[in-house]
Amino acid sequence: MSIDRREFLKTLGVAGASLSGASALGKSKPEPDQEEFYAILHDITLCEGCQECEFACAAANNLPEPTDYPDSEVKRKLKPDQYSVINAVETSVGEVYTKQQCMHCAQPACASACLTQAMKKQKEGPVTWTEGKCMGCRYCMVSCPFDVPQFEFDDNNPKIGKCQMCFDKLKEGEVPACVGNCPAEALTFGKRSEILAEAHRRILEDPDSYVDHVYGEYEAGGTSWLNISPVPFEELGFKTDLETKPYPELTKGFLYSVPSVFVLWPALLMGLREATKKDDKEVMEGADHE
Amino acid sequence: MSESAMTDTYERPTSTWKFLLSELKPRGNPWTIFNMISVPTVIVAVVIIVIRFIYGLSAVSNVTQTVPWGLWKGFNVVTGVAFAGGAYVLTFMVYILGLEKYKPLVRVTVLNGFLAYTFYAIALILDLGKPWNIINPIIGNSFGTSSILFLVAWHFMLYIVAQLIEFSPTVAEWLGSERARRNLKRLTIGAVVFGITLSTLHQSGLGALFLMAKGKIHPLWYSDFIPTLFFISSIFAGLSMVIFQGSILQKVFAYQLDKNSDANHNIMIRGLSRVCAIAMFVYFFLKIVDSVHNHTLGYLMTPMGVWYMIEMIGFVLIPMLLFVRGVRLGTPFTIKLASIMTLIGIVLNRMNVSVIAYRWDEIPRYIPTWMEIVVTVSILFIQIWIFRWVLHRMPVLRTMESMTATSQTQ
Repeated sequence: MSIDRREFLKTLGVAGASLSGASALGKSKPEPDQEEFYAILHDITLCEGCQECEFACAAANNLPEPTDYPDSEVKRKLKPDQYSVINAVETSVGEVYTKQQCMHCAQPACASACLTQAMKKQKEGPVTWTEGKCMGCRYCMVSCPFDVPQFEFDDNNPKIGKCQMCFDKLKEGEVPACVGNCPAEALTFGKRSEILAEAHRRILEDPDSYVDHVYGEYEAGGTSWLNISPVPFEELGFKTDLETKPYPELTKGFLYSVPSVFVLWPALLMGLREATKKDDKEVMEGADHE
Repeated sequence: MSESAMTDTYERPTSTWKFLLSELKPRGNPWTIFNMISVPTVIVAVVIIVIRFIYGLSAVSNVTQTVPWGLWKGFNVVTGVAFAGGAYVLTFMVYILGLEKYKPLVRVTVLNGFLAYTFYAIALILDLGKPWNIINPIIGNSFGTSSILFLVAWHFMLYIVAQLIEFSPTVAEWLGSERARRNLKRLTIGAVVFGITLSTLHQSGLGALFLMAKGKIHPLWYSDFIPTLFFISSIFAGLSMVIFQGSILQKVFAYQLDKNSDANHNIMIRGLSRVCAIAMFVYFFLKIVDSVHNHTLGYLMTPMGVWYMIEMIGFVLIPMLLFVRGVRLGTPFTIKLASIMTLIGIVLNRMNVSVIAYRWDEIPRYIPTWMEIVVTVSILFIQIWIFRWVLHRMPVLRTMESMTATSQTQ
């Protein structure tokens, strides 16, 4: 989230000097940092639905082991104590397996929504949640276009449950638990630019096995989790009506107008007051109640 | 000046401490119908709140992972703030535009606004998962400055202070401190200007909260202009509340009001009705332009479209026409009816954006539990208790002179 905040603060300064400059700044520039984020590719053609990633995820995050299995009849959902789920989907090319978890957006809606910075985009790529900062307002849940953050409604000291891309492992130079434990090598971890190139390479080399769409390249302005699939993503139940610009952009216009209102309104109001007063004596009385 | 009022007869104690103690005592008959309903309800609500803090939100509330904000946020916070908009509109009219004739409404409206905001903050705390961390966005160890909610929270807090300053001269009069009153009075204009600015931003900010929920809110309610729509509708929501509340106060507190009060009140609500009608016209027009622009008119024939038309025609267009009619004919009844319908329309709109049309496609739907409703209603009841307590004791509807009837020269 550091990018967004920096941009916003910069604008706060600029807005004071030139109020009309706001719209020009509203356009998103390519983020130099973004290419350095880590990313993970899920190749749906390789996934066998074995759930090893789920078990590894549960072990890495001290969560209970999953007790149910992928079944095309049932849609398994993320839970406060399950950060990653594999679903079986019956498609035109037979049964395939999808993996759902936090997409780790480049510019996450949840982090820009969070008023305490409990949700934070780390420069390594993961979107993390810090318990000590969270108020439990659940605005991240309202904002997340993928409905990822899960709240412990049945706890008196509730946590938000979501994939942190094994941020602790990342800092030690290890790969996330799910990636490290995938026997089918359906998951690939690396710098986002390399992972994205790898995804496109696979599609180019074998165009019959894939649809030409890297899910996460542009969705929600680009994510650190990418998917490639043998069938259109609609068929898999992925959300395909998402914005291609980052979600925080939706609130930028409003945020930019705030400093302007703060400067203009009081001046306007005092001016109006002066303009409408009859003469000094009346106003002196007018300022008094009764 | 009213001579018959029961409070006119009491002897004002000399020490402030004794005075405060005497003021704390309830007055009048405690066995009213309102009390017999509200007291047990609030007791049940206290039990529910205790359960909520021991076993978590799901023990009392139906909110889900996909619809994380329920009745407490949607009604008590999002709707309630719109209803409390009367304070900034009236202070704008009286202190900025110098429309002195509305002055008798200012104190009671600001008091109502102050109490409303305070209790909505309490409702918010009940809904927070970790309310003890509410200190985080305040003390500066973790400012989420890119968050709309951060702005709204700060504007909320600052506006409560601004309203307290606007109301403080009344408290000073009640405590009999002329010097404090004069000093606090000097702050009024500053607080009013600051308060109007803050209100503009947080009324629209509450709408801006939902900008990132694009795709989750039904297209008939989602708009890039939600902030503007929320702001404009807060004008007529607030004024309708002033009209509605005024019609009740005229009856309940008749003993405090003089003979001309009814006639004066009718003149004032006619003026406010005009403002309402114009604001509602602008709102309705903007909604239509927005729907055409976003090509959402095609949804009108769906079930959600019918629900949308009930809101827009039944509770915006019709009350707008009723306001116009009430102003033309000078009939207070039409105006009061219009204000009630407008208030229902605002409840529908705010609940639609935040709860009903939010994930409208999700099954099963969120329906509040009876416990959520009891707490929601209890928050209003406690607010009314305090409101009533203040009105009976402080010079809000009447002047200090008429309260003490005898000496009290100023």
